[in-house]
Amino acid sequence: MNPSLATRHSWFEATARARINGLLDAGSFREILPPAEAQPSPHLAQLDLPGAFDDGVVIGCGRLAGKAVFVAAQEGQFMGGAVGEIHGAKIVGLLRRAVKEKPAAVLFLIDSGGVRLHEANAGLIAISEIMRAVLDARAAGVPVVALVGGSCGAFGGMGIVAKLCSAILMSEEGRLALSGPEVIETVAGVEEFDAKDRALVWRVTGGKHRYLMGDCAMLVEDDLAAFRTGATEFLAGWTEPAPSLAGLRTRQRALKNRLAAYGALRDGLDVWAALGVTQPESVPLLDRDSLVALKEGLPT
Amino acid sequence: MSLNDILDSLFPAGHAVDVANSVITGQAQTAQGPVAVLGTTDAAAIDHAMALALADFILDTVEQHPGRPLVFLVDTSGQALSRSQELLCLNGSLAHLASCVDLARRQGHASFSLVTANAVSGGFLSFGLMADKAYALADAQVRVMDLRAMARVTKIAHERLVELAASSPIFAPGAESYVRMGGIEAIWPAASAELLERALLAAVQTTPVTDQRMGCGLSRGGRQLAAGVAKMVQNTVLGA
Repeated sequence: MNPSLATRHSWFEATARARINGLLDAGSFREILPPAEAQPSPHLAQLDLPGAFDDGVVIGCGRLAGKAVFVAAQEGQFMGGAVGEIHGAKIVGLLRRAVKEKPAAVLFLIDSGGVRLHEANAGLIAISEIMRAVLDARAAGVPVVALVGGSCGAFGGMGIVAKLCSAILMSEEGRLALSGPEVIETVAGVEEFDAKDRALVWRVTGGKHRYLMGDCAMLVEDDLAAFRTGATEFLAGWTEPAPSLAGLRTRQRALKNRLAAYGALRDGLDVWAALGVTQPESVPLLDRDSLVALKEGLPT
Repeated sequence: MSLNDILDSLFPAGHAVDVANSVITGQAQTAQGPVAVLGTTDAAAIDHAMALALADFILDTVEQHPGRPLVFLVDTSGQALSRSQELLCLNGSLAHLASCVDLARRQGHASFSLVTANAVSGGFLSFGLMADKAYALADAQVRVMDLRAMARVTKIAHERLVELAASSPIFAPGAESYVRMGGIEAIWPAASAELLERALLAAVQTTPVTDQRMGCGLSRGGRQLAAGVAKMVQNTVLGA
Protein backbone atom coordinates (compact mmCIF):
# COMPACT_ATOMS: atom_id res chain seq x y z
CA MET A 1 0.00 0.00 0.00
CA ASN A 2 3.03 2.27 0.06
CA PRO A 3 4.35 2.64 -3.48
CA SER A 4 7.77 4.15 -3.82
CA LEU A 5 7.89 7.74 -4.93
CA ALA A 6 9.29 6.69 -8.30
CA THR A 7 6.25 4.59 -9.22
CA ARG A 8 3.63 6.78 -7.62
CA HIS A 9 1.35 8.91 -9.83
CA SER A 10 -0.16 11.61 -7.69
CA TRP A 11 -3.96 11.87 -7.81
CA PHE A 12 -3.69 15.39 -6.44
CA GLU A 13 -1.50 16.52 -9.34
CA ALA A 14 -3.32 14.60 -12.07
CA THR A 15 -5.92 16.04 -14.44
CA ALA A 16 -9.46 14.64 -14.45
CA ARG A 17 -8.71 12.64 -17.59
CA ALA A 18 -5.47 11.22 -16.14
CA ARG A 19 -7.39 10.19 -13.00
CA ILE A 20 -9.97 8.33 -15.10
CA ASN A 21 -7.24 6.58 -17.07
CA GLY A 22 -5.44 5.54 -13.89
CA LEU A 23 -8.64 4.43 -12.20
CA LEU A 24 -10.34 2.31 -14.86
CA ASP A 25 -9.24 -0.82 -16.72
CA ALA A 26 -6.82 0.21 -19.45
CA GLY A 27 -8.54 1.38 -22.62
CA SER A 28 -12.05 0.82 -21.27
CA PHE A 29 -13.21 4.43 -20.97
CA ARG A 30 -15.81 5.79 -23.42
CA GLU A 31 -16.51 9.47 -22.96
CA ILE A 32 -20.04 10.83 -23.25
CA LEU A 33 -20.22 14.30 -24.82
CA PRO A 34 -16.49 14.49 -25.59
CA PRO A 35 -15.12 17.98 -26.27
CA ALA A 36 -15.66 17.65 -30.04
CA GLU A 37 -19.42 17.23 -29.49
CA ALA A 38 -19.85 19.80 -26.75
CA GLN A 39 -20.00 23.53 -26.24
CA PRO A 40 -18.29 25.70 -23.64
CA SER A 41 -20.37 27.71 -21.18
CA PRO A 42 -21.92 30.75 -22.86
CA HIS A 43 -22.32 32.30 -19.40
CA LEU A 44 -18.55 32.45 -18.91
CA ALA A 45 -18.09 33.85 -22.42
CA GLN A 46 -20.46 36.63 -21.48
CA LEU A 47 -18.08 37.58 -18.66
CA ASP A 48 -15.07 37.46 -21.02
CA LEU A 49 -13.78 34.39 -19.20
CA PRO A 50 -12.30 31.42 -21.05
CA GLY A 51 -14.51 28.35 -21.29
CA ALA A 52 -13.76 24.64 -21.71
CA PHE A 53 -15.44 22.31 -24.15
CA ASP A 54 -16.08 19.77 -21.40
CA ASP A 55 -17.16 22.57 -19.01
CA GLY A 56 -14.87 21.16 -16.35
CA VAL A 57 -16.29 17.67 -15.99
CA VAL A 58 -15.50 14.48 -17.90
CA ILE A 59 -18.22 11.80 -17.92
CA GLY A 60 -18.56 8.36 -19.45
CA CYS A 61 -18.58 4.61 -19.07
CA GLY A 62 -15.80 2.12 -18.51
CA ARG A 63 -14.73 -0.90 -16.53
CA LEU A 64 -13.24 -1.30 -13.07
CA ALA A 65 -11.75 -4.76 -12.47
CA GLY A 66 -14.01 -6.00 -15.25
CA LYS A 67 -17.24 -4.50 -13.94
CA ALA A 68 -19.15 -1.89 -15.93
CA VAL A 69 -19.06 1.47 -14.16
CA PHE A 70 -20.00 5.06 -14.92
CA VAL A 71 -17.56 7.85 -14.12
CA ALA A 72 -17.85 11.59 -13.60
CA ALA A 73 -14.57 13.42 -12.99
CA GLN A 74 -14.43 17.10 -12.15
CA GLU A 75 -11.45 19.08 -13.40
CA GLY A 76 -10.22 21.18 -10.49
CA GLN A 77 -7.91 23.12 -12.76
CA PHE A 78 -10.85 24.63 -14.64
CA MET A 79 -12.83 27.17 -12.59
CA GLY A 80 -11.99 25.25 -9.42
CA GLY A 81 -14.16 22.35 -10.59
CA ALA A 82 -17.18 24.48 -9.82
CA VAL A 83 -20.64 23.50 -11.01
CA GLY A 84 -22.20 25.60 -13.75
CA GLU A 85 -25.25 24.90 -15.89
CA ILE A 86 -23.68 22.51 -18.44
CA HIS A 87 -21.30 20.93 -15.92
CA GLY A 88 -24.17 20.12 -13.58
CA ALA A 89 -26.47 18.85 -16.32
CA LYS A 90 -23.80 16.39 -17.53
CA ILE A 91 -23.56 14.87 -14.05
CA VAL A 92 -27.35 14.75 -13.60
CA GLY A 93 -27.74 13.11 -17.02
CA LEU A 94 -25.14 10.47 -16.15
CA LEU A 95 -26.80 9.65 -12.81
CA ARG A 96 -30.21 9.36 -14.49
CA ARG A 97 -28.70 7.10 -17.12
CA ALA A 98 -27.32 4.95 -14.28
CA VAL A 99 -30.86 4.45 -12.93
CA LYS A 100 -31.83 2.87 -16.27
CA GLU A 101 -28.64 1.02 -17.21
CA LYS A 102 -27.67 -0.09 -13.70
CA PRO A 103 -23.87 -0.15 -13.89
CA ALA A 104 -22.03 -1.78 -10.96
CA ALA A 105 -21.34 1.74 -9.63
CA VAL A 106 -21.04 5.40 -10.43
CA LEU A 107 -17.57 6.64 -9.49
CA PHE A 108 -17.73 10.33 -8.73
CA LEU A 109 -14.28 11.96 -8.82
CA ILE A 110 -15.11 15.12 -6.93
CA ASP A 111 -12.72 18.07 -7.17
CA SER A 112 -14.83 21.16 -6.68
CA GLY A 113 -15.43 24.26 -4.64
CA GLY A 114 -19.19 23.90 -5.18
CA VAL A 115 -21.38 26.33 -7.06
CA ARG A 116 -19.71 28.21 -9.93
CA LEU A 117 -20.42 31.69 -8.70
CA HIS A 118 -20.39 33.14 -12.23
CA GLU A 119 -23.49 31.02 -12.90
CA ALA A 120 -24.66 31.07 -9.31
CA ASN A 121 -28.37 30.30 -9.72
CA ALA A 122 -27.85 27.65 -12.38
CA GLY A 123 -25.12 26.09 -10.24
CA LEU A 124 -27.18 25.99 -7.05
CA ILE A 125 -30.18 24.40 -8.74
CA ALA A 126 -27.90 21.96 -10.57
CA ILE A 127 -26.36 20.84 -7.28
CA SER A 128 -29.85 20.30 -5.89
CA GLU A 129 -30.60 18.19 -8.97
CA ILE A 130 -27.38 16.23 -8.47
CA MET A 131 -28.35 15.60 -4.82
CA ARG A 132 -31.69 14.14 -5.85
CA ALA A 133 -30.15 12.19 -8.74
CA VAL A 134 -27.49 10.63 -6.46
CA LEU A 135 -30.23 9.47 -4.08
CA ASP A 136 -32.30 8.18 -7.01
CA ALA A 137 -29.36 6.16 -8.33
CA ARG A 138 -28.70 4.70 -4.89
CA ALA A 139 -32.38 3.90 -4.40
CA ALA A 140 -32.22 2.05 -7.72
CA GLY A 141 -29.46 -0.09 -6.19
CA VAL A 142 -26.52 1.61 -7.92
CA PRO A 143 -23.75 2.57 -5.47
CA VAL A 144 -22.35 6.07 -5.96
CA VAL A 145 -18.81 6.33 -4.63
CA ALA A 146 -17.09 9.67 -4.10
CA LEU A 147 -13.32 9.86 -4.63
CA VAL A 148 -11.84 12.96 -3.05
CA GLY A 149 -8.18 13.82 -3.36
CA GLY A 150 -7.86 16.74 -5.77
CA SER A 151 -6.54 20.23 -5.23
CA CYS A 152 -10.01 21.74 -4.81
CA GLY A 153 -11.34 19.11 -2.41
CA ALA A 154 -15.11 18.79 -2.01
CA PHE A 155 -16.62 22.01 -0.73
CA GLY A 156 -19.90 23.87 -0.72
CA GLY A 157 -22.77 22.00 -2.30
CA MET A 158 -20.32 19.38 -3.57
CA GLY A 159 -19.39 18.67 0.05
CA ILE A 160 -23.06 17.88 0.66
CA VAL A 161 -23.21 15.77 -2.52
CA ALA A 162 -20.13 13.82 -1.37
CA LYS A 163 -21.85 12.98 1.91
CA LEU A 164 -24.95 11.79 0.02
CA CYS A 165 -22.88 9.16 -1.78
CA SER A 166 -22.68 5.53 -0.64
CA ALA A 167 -19.18 6.18 0.66
CA ILE A 168 -16.22 8.54 0.31
CA LEU A 169 -12.68 7.41 -0.46
CA MET A 170 -10.16 10.11 0.43
CA SER A 171 -6.46 10.69 0.33
CA GLU A 172 -4.65 12.54 3.07
CA GLU A 173 -4.37 15.49 0.67
CA GLY A 174 -8.12 15.55 0.05
CA ARG A 175 -10.29 18.08 1.87
CA LEU A 176 -13.98 17.81 2.62
CA ALA A 177 -16.15 20.50 4.22
CA LEU A 178 -19.02 22.89 3.60
CA SER A 179 -17.76 26.48 3.69
CA GLY A 180 -14.26 27.16 2.45
CA PRO A 181 -11.90 28.52 5.12
CA GLU A 182 -11.53 31.75 3.10
CA VAL A 183 -15.28 32.32 3.20
CA ILE A 184 -15.40 31.76 6.95
CA GLU A 185 -12.43 34.06 7.45
CA THR A 186 -14.00 36.79 5.29
CA VAL A 187 -17.36 36.71 7.05
CA ALA A 188 -16.48 35.65 10.60
CA GLY A 189 -12.93 36.98 10.94
CA VAL A 190 -9.41 35.62 11.00
CA GLU A 191 -9.74 34.70 14.71
CA GLU A 192 -12.48 32.26 13.74
CA PHE A 193 -10.57 30.61 10.89
CA ASP A 194 -7.19 31.65 9.54
CA ALA A 195 -7.38 30.42 5.95
CA LYS A 196 -3.62 30.92 5.48
CA ASP A 197 -2.80 28.47 8.27
CA ARG A 198 -2.53 25.40 6.02
CA ALA A 199 -1.87 23.00 8.91
CA LEU A 200 -5.02 24.19 10.69
CA VAL A 201 -7.12 23.97 7.52
CA TRP A 202 -5.89 20.42 7.10
CA ARG A 203 -6.64 19.48 10.75
CA VAL A 204 -10.23 20.68 10.26
CA THR A 205 -11.03 19.48 6.72
CA GLY A 206 -8.29 17.04 5.64
CA GLY A 207 -8.46 13.36 4.78
CA LYS A 208 -6.87 12.06 7.98
CA HIS A 209 -9.31 13.96 10.18
CA ARG A 210 -12.31 12.86 8.14
CA TYR A 211 -11.08 9.27 8.29
CA LEU A 212 -10.50 9.30 12.04
CA MET A 213 -14.04 10.68 12.50
CA GLY A 214 -15.62 8.14 10.16
CA ASP A 215 -16.76 10.78 7.66
CA CYS A 216 -14.90 8.96 4.89
CA ALA A 217 -14.96 5.19 4.61
CA MET A 218 -11.43 4.69 3.38
CA LEU A 219 -8.14 6.56 3.44
CA VAL A 220 -5.88 5.90 0.46
CA GLU A 221 -2.46 7.07 -0.66
CA ASP A 222 -2.24 10.03 -3.03
CA ASP A 223 -1.73 7.65 -5.92
CA LEU A 224 -3.82 6.74 -8.96
CA ALA A 225 -3.26 3.01 -8.38
CA ALA A 226 -4.22 3.33 -4.70
CA PHE A 227 -7.55 4.94 -5.61
CA ARG A 228 -8.14 2.15 -8.13
CA THR A 229 -7.38 -0.55 -5.56
CA GLY A 230 -9.45 1.24 -2.92
CA ALA A 231 -12.50 1.63 -5.16
CA THR A 232 -12.26 -1.99 -6.30
CA GLU A 233 -12.00 -3.28 -2.73
CA PHE A 234 -14.79 -1.06 -1.50
CA LEU A 235 -17.21 -2.19 -4.20
CA ALA A 236 -16.34 -5.87 -3.71
CA GLY A 237 -17.55 -5.62 -0.11
CA TRP A 238 -20.53 -3.33 -0.61
CA THR A 239 -24.21 -3.95 -1.17
CA GLU A 240 -26.24 -0.78 -1.60
CA PRO A 241 -28.87 -0.69 1.16
CA ALA A 242 -32.44 0.39 0.35
CA PRO A 243 -33.28 3.80 1.85
CA SER A 244 -34.94 3.13 5.20
CA LEU A 245 -36.25 4.81 8.30
CA ALA A 246 -34.14 2.50 10.47
CA GLY A 247 -30.97 3.40 8.59
CA LEU A 248 -31.57 7.12 8.96
CA ARG A 249 -32.48 6.72 12.66
CA THR A 250 -29.14 5.02 13.23
CA ARG A 251 -27.33 7.83 11.44
CA GLN A 252 -29.33 10.40 13.40
CA ARG A 253 -28.27 8.88 16.73
CA ALA A 254 -24.62 8.75 15.69
CA LEU A 255 -24.62 12.39 14.59
CA LYS A 256 -26.34 13.52 17.80
CA ASN A 257 -23.92 11.63 20.01
CA ARG A 258 -21.00 13.04 18.12
CA LEU A 259 -22.29 16.59 18.40
CA ALA A 260 -22.79 16.17 22.16
CA ALA A 261 -19.29 14.75 22.59
CA TYR A 262 -17.23 17.03 20.36
CA GLY A 263 -19.44 20.00 19.49
CA ALA A 264 -17.47 22.51 21.54
CA LEU A 265 -14.05 21.63 20.10
CA ARG A 266 -12.32 23.79 17.51
CA ASP A 267 -9.24 21.93 16.35
CA GLY A 268 -8.57 18.44 15.02
CA LEU A 269 -5.93 18.01 17.73
CA ASP A 270 -8.61 18.34 20.44
CA VAL A 271 -11.01 15.96 18.68
CA TRP A 272 -8.31 13.34 18.17
CA ALA A 273 -7.36 13.54 21.85
CA ALA A 274 -11.04 13.12 22.77
CA LEU A 275 -11.23 10.12 20.43
CA GLY A 276 -8.51 8.49 22.50
CA VAL A 277 -5.43 9.24 20.39
CA THR A 278 -2.63 9.43 22.95
CA GLN A 279 -0.32 11.63 20.87
CA PRO A 280 -2.60 13.75 18.69
CA GLU A 281 0.28 16.03 17.69
CA SER A 282 1.89 13.04 15.92
CA VAL A 283 -1.10 12.46 13.61
CA PRO A 284 0.03 14.89 10.89
CA LEU A 285 3.35 13.00 10.65
CA LEU A 286 1.92 9.48 10.31
CA ASP A 287 1.91 7.77 6.95
CA ARG A 288 -1.32 6.29 5.62
CA ASP A 289 -0.81 2.74 6.91
CA SER A 290 0.16 3.91 10.40
CA LEU A 291 -2.88 6.18 10.54
CA VAL A 292 -5.19 3.33 9.51
CA ALA A 293 -3.61 1.14 12.21
CA LEU A 294 -4.06 3.94 14.73
CA LYS A 295 -7.77 4.25 13.91
CA GLU A 296 -8.30 0.52 14.15
CA GLY A 297 -6.75 0.57 17.63
CA LEU A 298 -8.97 3.36 18.96
CA PRO A 299 -11.59 2.63 21.63
CA THR A 300 -15.07 2.43 20.10
CA MET B 1 -44.16 39.89 8.67
CA SER B 2 -43.73 37.83 11.83
CA LEU B 3 -43.75 34.05 11.79
CA ASN B 4 -47.02 34.03 13.70
CA ASP B 5 -48.66 36.32 11.15
CA ILE B 6 -47.44 34.05 8.38
CA LEU B 7 -48.76 30.97 10.15
CA ASP B 8 -52.13 32.65 10.82
CA SER B 9 -52.41 33.61 7.14
CA LEU B 10 -51.44 30.17 5.87
CA PHE B 11 -53.42 28.11 8.37
CA PRO B 12 -56.57 29.95 9.49
CA ALA B 13 -58.06 26.63 10.60
CA GLY B 14 -55.40 26.34 13.25
CA HIS B 15 -51.77 25.56 13.91
CA ALA B 16 -49.68 24.36 16.84
CA VAL B 17 -46.09 25.14 16.10
CA ASP B 18 -43.05 25.36 18.37
CA VAL B 19 -40.00 27.48 17.68
CA ALA B 20 -36.76 26.48 19.41
CA ASN B 21 -33.28 27.58 18.37
CA SER B 22 -34.82 29.13 15.21
CA VAL B 23 -36.22 25.72 14.24
CA ILE B 24 -39.94 25.44 13.51
CA THR B 25 -41.74 22.16 14.17
CA GLY B 26 -45.43 21.45 14.55
CA GLN B 27 -48.74 20.63 12.94
CA ALA B 28 -51.42 22.65 11.18
CA GLN B 29 -54.94 22.08 9.89
CA THR B 30 -55.88 22.49 6.25
CA ALA B 31 -58.97 21.73 4.20
CA GLN B 32 -57.16 18.59 3.12
CA GLY B 33 -56.38 17.44 6.63
CA PRO B 34 -53.43 17.86 8.98
CA VAL B 35 -49.98 18.75 7.68
CA ALA B 36 -46.58 18.75 9.36
CA VAL B 37 -45.04 22.22 9.42
CA LEU B 38 -41.28 22.58 9.79
CA GLY B 39 -38.38 24.79 8.85
CA THR B 40 -36.37 27.70 10.14
CA THR B 41 -37.01 31.32 11.04
CA ASP B 42 -35.02 34.47 11.88
CA ALA B 43 -32.67 33.98 8.91
CA ALA B 44 -31.21 30.96 10.66
CA ALA B 45 -27.64 30.02 9.81
CA ILE B 46 -28.09 26.26 9.71
CA ASP B 47 -25.81 24.36 12.05
CA HIS B 48 -25.57 20.74 13.17
CA ALA B 49 -28.15 21.14 15.94
CA MET B 50 -30.73 22.73 13.64
CA ALA B 51 -30.21 20.20 10.87
CA LEU B 52 -30.55 17.32 13.32
CA ALA B 53 -33.69 18.83 14.93
CA LEU B 54 -35.34 19.07 11.50
CA ALA B 55 -34.19 15.57 10.56
CA ASP B 56 -35.56 14.18 13.83
CA PHE B 57 -38.94 15.76 13.19
CA ILE B 58 -39.11 14.39 9.65
CA LEU B 59 -38.25 10.88 10.83
CA ASP B 60 -40.89 11.14 13.60
CA THR B 61 -43.47 12.25 11.02
CA VAL B 62 -42.61 9.37 8.69
CA GLU B 63 -42.93 6.95 11.59
CA GLN B 64 -45.97 8.33 13.37
CA HIS B 65 -48.01 9.93 10.57
CA PRO B 66 -47.47 7.94 7.37
CA GLY B 67 -48.25 9.99 4.29
CA ARG B 68 -48.84 13.27 6.13
CA PRO B 69 -47.76 16.14 3.85
CA LEU B 70 -44.74 18.23 4.84
CA VAL B 71 -44.85 22.03 4.53
CA PHE B 72 -41.38 23.57 4.89
CA LEU B 73 -41.04 27.21 5.86
CA VAL B 74 -37.66 28.49 4.75
CA ASP B 75 -35.86 31.42 6.29
CA THR B 76 -32.15 30.75 6.25
CA SER B 77 -29.12 32.94 5.66
CA GLY B 78 -27.15 29.81 4.69
CA GLN B 79 -24.96 27.56 6.77
CA ALA B 80 -23.32 28.44 10.08
CA LEU B 81 -19.85 29.80 9.36
CA SER B 82 -17.59 28.44 12.05
CA ARG B 83 -14.59 26.24 12.49
CA SER B 84 -16.16 23.99 15.13
CA GLN B 85 -19.09 23.32 12.80
CA GLU B 86 -16.78 22.37 9.94
CA LEU B 87 -14.67 20.23 12.26
CA LEU B 88 -17.69 17.92 12.68
CA CYS B 89 -18.42 17.90 8.93
CA LEU B 90 -21.38 20.27 8.68
CA ASN B 91 -21.93 19.11 5.09
CA GLY B 92 -22.59 15.66 6.57
CA SER B 93 -25.43 16.85 8.79
CA LEU B 94 -26.92 18.84 5.92
CA ALA B 95 -26.70 15.75 3.71
CA HIS B 96 -28.39 13.72 6.43
CA LEU B 97 -31.24 16.24 6.56
CA ALA B 98 -31.56 16.09 2.78
CA SER B 99 -31.66 12.28 2.97
CA CYS B 100 -34.51 12.48 5.47
CA VAL B 101 -36.56 14.73 3.15
CA ASP B 102 -35.81 12.29 0.35
CA LEU B 103 -36.91 9.30 2.43
CA ALA B 104 -40.19 11.03 3.26
CA ARG B 105 -40.81 11.52 -0.47
CA ARG B 106 -40.10 7.86 -1.18
CA GLN B 107 -42.51 6.88 1.60
CA GLY B 108 -45.30 8.88 -0.04
CA HIS B 109 -45.18 12.17 1.86
CA ALA B 110 -46.01 15.05 -0.49
CA SER B 111 -44.01 18.17 0.31
CA PHE B 112 -43.42 21.75 -0.69
CA SER B 113 -41.43 24.60 0.73
CA LEU B 114 -42.24 28.28 1.05
CA VAL B 115 -39.40 30.79 1.31
CA THR B 116 -40.75 33.32 3.78
CA ALA B 117 -37.77 35.67 3.95
CA ASN B 118 -34.28 34.37 3.04
CA ALA B 119 -33.03 31.32 1.18
CA VAL B 120 -29.26 31.13 0.79
CA SER B 121 -27.00 28.37 -0.55
CA GLY B 122 -26.35 25.42 1.79
CA GLY B 123 -29.29 26.16 4.05
CA PHE B 124 -31.64 26.20 1.06
CA LEU B 125 -30.07 23.07 -0.49
CA SER B 126 -30.52 20.94 2.61
CA PHE B 127 -34.32 21.10 2.86
CA GLY B 128 -36.08 23.87 0.90
CA LEU B 129 -34.78 22.67 -2.45
CA MET B 130 -35.24 19.01 -1.44
CA ALA B 131 -39.02 19.41 -1.19
CA ASP B 132 -41.07 18.32 -4.21
CA LYS B 133 -41.60 21.98 -5.11
CA ALA B 134 -40.50 25.35 -3.74
CA TYR B 135 -42.46 28.60 -3.59
CA ALA B 136 -41.41 32.04 -2.36
CA LEU B 137 -43.14 35.08 -0.92
CA ALA B 138 -42.77 38.15 -3.12
CA ASP B 139 -40.30 39.95 -0.87
CA ALA B 140 -38.13 36.89 -0.22
CA GLN B 141 -34.37 37.05 -0.80
CA VAL B 142 -33.03 34.01 -2.65
CA ARG B 143 -29.32 33.84 -3.44
CA VAL B 144 -26.10 31.83 -3.28
CA MET B 145 -23.64 33.93 -1.37
CA ASP B 146 -22.88 37.26 0.20
CA LEU B 147 -21.38 39.40 -2.58
CA ARG B 148 -18.39 40.39 -0.46
CA ALA B 149 -17.36 36.77 0.04
CA MET B 150 -18.13 36.06 -3.60
CA ALA B 151 -15.80 38.87 -4.69
CA ARG B 152 -12.96 37.39 -2.70
CA VAL B 153 -13.51 33.87 -4.03
CA THR B 154 -13.98 34.81 -7.70
CA LYS B 155 -11.37 37.61 -7.62
CA ILE B 156 -13.89 39.76 -9.49
CA ALA B 157 -14.27 43.27 -8.06
CA HIS B 158 -17.20 43.76 -5.70
CA GLU B 159 -18.50 46.69 -7.77
CA ARG B 160 -18.45 44.54 -10.90
CA LEU B 161 -20.44 41.81 -9.12
CA VAL B 162 -23.02 44.32 -7.94
CA GLU B 163 -23.32 45.58 -11.50
CA LEU B 164 -23.65 42.03 -12.91
CA ALA B 165 -26.21 41.04 -10.32
CA ALA B 166 -28.43 43.84 -11.58
CA SER B 167 -28.60 42.42 -15.11
CA SER B 168 -27.80 38.70 -15.40
CA PRO B 169 -30.71 36.29 -14.83
CA ILE B 170 -28.41 33.28 -14.48
CA PHE B 171 -26.51 35.15 -11.82
CA ALA B 172 -28.88 37.73 -10.31
CA PRO B 173 -30.02 37.08 -6.74
CA GLY B 174 -33.78 37.08 -6.29
CA ALA B 175 -36.75 34.72 -6.28
CA GLU B 176 -37.77 35.88 -9.77
CA SER B 177 -34.53 34.51 -11.22
CA TYR B 178 -35.15 31.17 -9.51
CA VAL B 179 -38.64 30.97 -11.01
CA ARG B 180 -37.21 31.51 -14.48
CA MET B 181 -34.51 28.91 -13.78
CA GLY B 182 -37.06 26.33 -12.66
CA GLY B 183 -35.81 26.16 -9.07
CA ILE B 184 -38.89 27.87 -7.64
CA GLU B 185 -42.36 26.97 -8.85
CA ALA B 186 -44.07 30.32 -8.30
CA ILE B 187 -43.99 33.52 -6.28
CA TRP B 188 -46.85 34.25 -3.89
CA PRO B 189 -47.78 37.92 -3.51
CA ALA B 190 -48.44 37.24 0.19
CA ALA B 191 -48.89 34.35 2.61
CA SER B 192 -52.41 33.07 1.93
CA ALA B 193 -54.49 30.04 2.84
CA GLU B 194 -55.87 29.86 -0.69
CA LEU B 195 -52.40 29.60 -2.28
CA LEU B 196 -51.35 27.09 0.36
CA GLU B 197 -54.37 24.87 -0.29
CA ARG B 198 -53.72 25.04 -4.02
CA ALA B 199 -50.04 24.11 -3.60
CA LEU B 200 -50.96 21.31 -1.23
CA LEU B 201 -53.52 19.90 -3.63
CA ALA B 202 -51.01 20.00 -6.47
CA ALA B 203 -48.43 18.28 -4.28
CA VAL B 204 -50.65 15.41 -3.13
CA GLN B 205 -51.98 14.86 -6.66
CA THR B 206 -48.54 14.62 -8.25
CA THR B 207 -47.41 11.00 -8.26
CA PRO B 208 -44.89 9.73 -8.88
CA VAL B 209 -42.73 12.70 -8.02
CA THR B 210 -39.84 13.25 -10.37
CA ASP B 211 -37.46 16.20 -10.61
CA GLN B 212 -38.98 18.46 -13.27
CA ARG B 213 -36.86 21.54 -12.65
CA MET B 214 -34.74 21.35 -15.81
CA GLY B 215 -37.82 21.22 -17.98
CA CYS B 216 -39.36 24.16 -16.11
CA GLY B 217 -36.19 26.19 -16.49
CA LEU B 218 -36.24 25.51 -20.22
CA SER B 219 -39.90 26.33 -20.80
CA ARG B 220 -39.56 29.52 -18.76
CA GLY B 221 -36.52 30.60 -20.76
CA GLY B 222 -34.15 30.98 -17.79
CA ARG B 223 -32.12 27.80 -18.15
CA GLN B 224 -31.86 26.96 -21.80
CA LEU B 225 -29.07 24.38 -21.86
CA ALA B 226 -29.41 22.00 -18.91
CA ALA B 227 -32.42 19.98 -20.08
CA GLY B 228 -30.94 19.33 -23.52
CA VAL B 229 -27.50 18.41 -22.17
CA ALA B 230 -28.93 15.96 -19.60
CA LYS B 231 -31.13 14.36 -22.25
CA MET B 232 -28.21 14.01 -24.64
CA VAL B 233 -26.11 12.35 -21.93
CA GLN B 234 -28.93 9.89 -21.24
CA ASN B 235 -29.52 9.04 -24.87
CA THR B 236 -26.03 8.99 -26.40
CA VAL B 237 -25.28 5.61 -27.94
CA LEU B 238 -21.76 4.53 -27.09
CA GLY B 239 -19.60 2.45 -29.39
CA ALA B 240 -17.88 -0.66 -28.06
